[in-house]
Amino acid sequence: MSSTTSDPRLSSSRGAPRKGMQLSWADPKFRAIIWQIVIVGIIGGTIWYLVANTTANLAQRRIATGFEFMGRTAGIPIGEHLIAYDPSINTYGRAFVIGILNTLQVTVIGVVLVTFLGTFVGIASLSGNWLLSRLCRTYVEIMRDIPLLLHLLFWYTMVLGLPILREAIEVLPGVHISNNGVKVPLLDWQPAHSWASLAFIVGLVLVGIARRRATRIQNATGDRPKVWPLAIAALILVPAIIWLGFGAPFHMDMPVKGRFRFEGGGAVSGEMIALLIGLVLYHSAYAAEIVRSGITSVVSGQWEAAGALGLHRPTVLRKIVLPQALRVIIPPMTSTYLGVAKNSSLAVAIGYPDLVAIVNTMLNQTGQAIEGIALIMGVYLTISLAISLFMNWYNARIALVER
Amino acid sequence: MNRLFAGALAAGALLTATAALAQTGSATIDAIVKRGELNCGVAGTSPMFSLPDSQGVMRGLDADSCRAIAAAILGDAKKIKFIPTTTQNRFTALQSGEVDLLYRSTTWTLAREGNLGAMFASVNFYDGTGFLVKASLKVKSAKELDGATVCVAPGTSTELAVADYFRVHKMKFTPVLIQDLSELQNAYLSGRCDTYSTDSSGLAGFRFQQGPKAVEHVLLPDIISKEPLGAMVRKGDDKFFDIVRWTYFATLIAEEHGITQANVDEALKSTVPEIRRLMGLEGDMGKALGVDNKWAYNAIKQTGNFGEGWDRNVTPYGMPRGINNLWNNGGLQYAPPMR
Repeated sequence: MSSTTSDPRLSSSRGAPRKGMQLSWADPKFRAIIWQIVIVGIIGGTIWYLVANTTANLAQRRIATGFEFMGRTAGIPIGEHLIAYDPSINTYGRAFVIGILNTLQVTVIGVVLVTFLGTFVGIASLSGNWLLSRLCRTYVEIMRDIPLLLHLLFWYTMVLGLPILREAIEVLPGVHISNNGVKVPLLDWQPAHSWASLAFIVGLVLVGIARRRATRIQNATGDRPKVWPLAIAALILVPAIIWLGFGAPFHMDMPVKGRFRFEGGGAVSGEMIALLIGLVLYHSAYAAEIVRSGITSVVSGQWEAAGALGLHRPTVLRKIVLPQALRVIIPPMTSTYLGVAKNSSLAVAIGYPDLVAIVNTMLNQTGQAIEGIALIMGVYLTISLAISLFMNWYNARIALVER
Repeated sequence: MNRLFAGALAAGALLTATAALAQTGSATIDAIVKRGELNCGVAGTSPMFSLPDSQGVMRGLDADSCRAIAAAILGDAKKIKFIPTTTQNRFTALQSGEVDLLYRSTTWTLAREGNLGAMFASVNFYDGTGFLVKASLKVKSAKELDGATVCVAPGTSTELAVADYFRVHKMKFTPVLIQDLSELQNAYLSGRCDTYSTDSSGLAGFRFQQGPKAVEHVLLPDIISKEPLGAMVRKGDDKFFDIVRWTYFATLIAEEHGITQANVDEALKSTVPEIRRLMGLEGDMGKALGVDNKWAYNAIKQTGNFGEGWDRNVTPYGMPRGINNLWNNGGLQYAPPMR
């Protein structure tokens, strides 16, 4: 603190002479230490009391404790799993991992969609087009005024209102929509596809390097060497040649309607669709307001100055306004992302097997409520801290560099 | 000398009196008496078991089983508070002492008795997991359900029973697990699930609730598990366990002897030894349990015998008594002798 203050009485040699600490209540240093000891003592005592009380009660009520149940065969069925799962073989530990993955899946997709939709609505609500900006303002007001749980139940009811599986609508060849969700054809994955993908990724890295080099040369000489021939070669030609070299396998795994379900193909469940729609609509309204406030926070002189230089409005927005607005946008946006992660736990209301739903079932079947809740808290804390860390890093990176 | 003797007698009386007061030896019973009402954990959403009627009065087999216990301990079946619990929070409610006991159509299993610090005191309904399907599906047996989507409430023993059944028959299924019962039933009705699985009593109740549309739903004949439903109490309070268990037995014994709510006062004049013990006329059965000797009389007078409870709560839903008949009538309901 004292380094930033300009009051000479506090920082210069003209201040009161430093004394050693007195063991007296009149000494602020001594008081501060005593207060800290008292506060740490209160916090520590409370924690100790809670832990001791819980342990004593558990023992008294003869309730089994510990995490051994994680190694036991789960037996609980789970509707959607990103990794293989068989309740008769796999353990509660694996069911727990599936819960984490399902939560992460919804969070990641949700955050991406919220960012895009929120940015679009936020920018569009500042548009000069009266109709567009009114529409966006109305969207924001309606979406954020409806409680999220209501959103979810509403969209789930909408999904349930779709035709049943036996009467699924085929919107595109192989794409079936029913109240079970969406079934899509999947590419029958062959080694050729893996190698072609690998070549594509290598190509991306190469193009990235080439672009940096081009920028460096442009900065030094003013001439920008062409990158696009390399891009075409590395991103399209090489992967295509590799794919052809393997015999050009291309076979779509089409979903085939059985008596109770589609066999083959990939699926997105109705529960996940309803959850994503609800989460994205609700949180994008907040994101839109954050983006709008960020853009409005950039003084209009910036627009005018850029306009005077002859730049187009989209260019001004992209190159001048948004980079400055981001500094205002990022911190509250972090809160919105955290909201998406945590609110995905409302999935339990509409039957999407997220972390909370699975751990709830686990603690019900095993009776290990405290352990279960601790697991849920631990996972959400980790996810939230990870999002915060990333966003803080990003915020620091785009922060205005003061010279 | 006489005075001293009288004083000693008074002191002795006082000692025995306090001994008699403390005789219940049960923290739970003492708490119930002190509170003046029984806290009973029920579902509150389950037809046949516990569902409030249009007057807000809790109706059902579980509700009446709890009332009998309130009558046995406190002498008044109305001194009761029903606390609705979900399948997810019921055990926590019991463990934490929020409820004195659970009558929440809860299945008696080893893991629950071993891990939860609780034990089962009675089985007021012998049930089994069944499947309800739409008649339009034209499914005749659960064995035809390979690949089906099944609506199940999470955290129930049904969930495990269904997983076991499909595993044994080498069939696949997709579960849809929704905690809220009405949302779950909605998912079934809208066709999101091909079948809805829970205890067959629950399915019968649900089908009945559909009114004229009940014929659109078929209860499959397969009963895939044993689901003995009953009262759950905390471990470590044996006296309370006894009173919960024997109140249930008392309603069975009353049915066995044909004692009903209507004729229970005539039974007070009976000469049959077991009836006299049941009515508290001899044998000090109530005292042995730590309650008033009129405990069973009160319970039957105010809530009726087991069969009456069944006729009042279950029969209207079209559920046959089946294995829930008394043992001498081909069923499983059997009470040890009261002596």
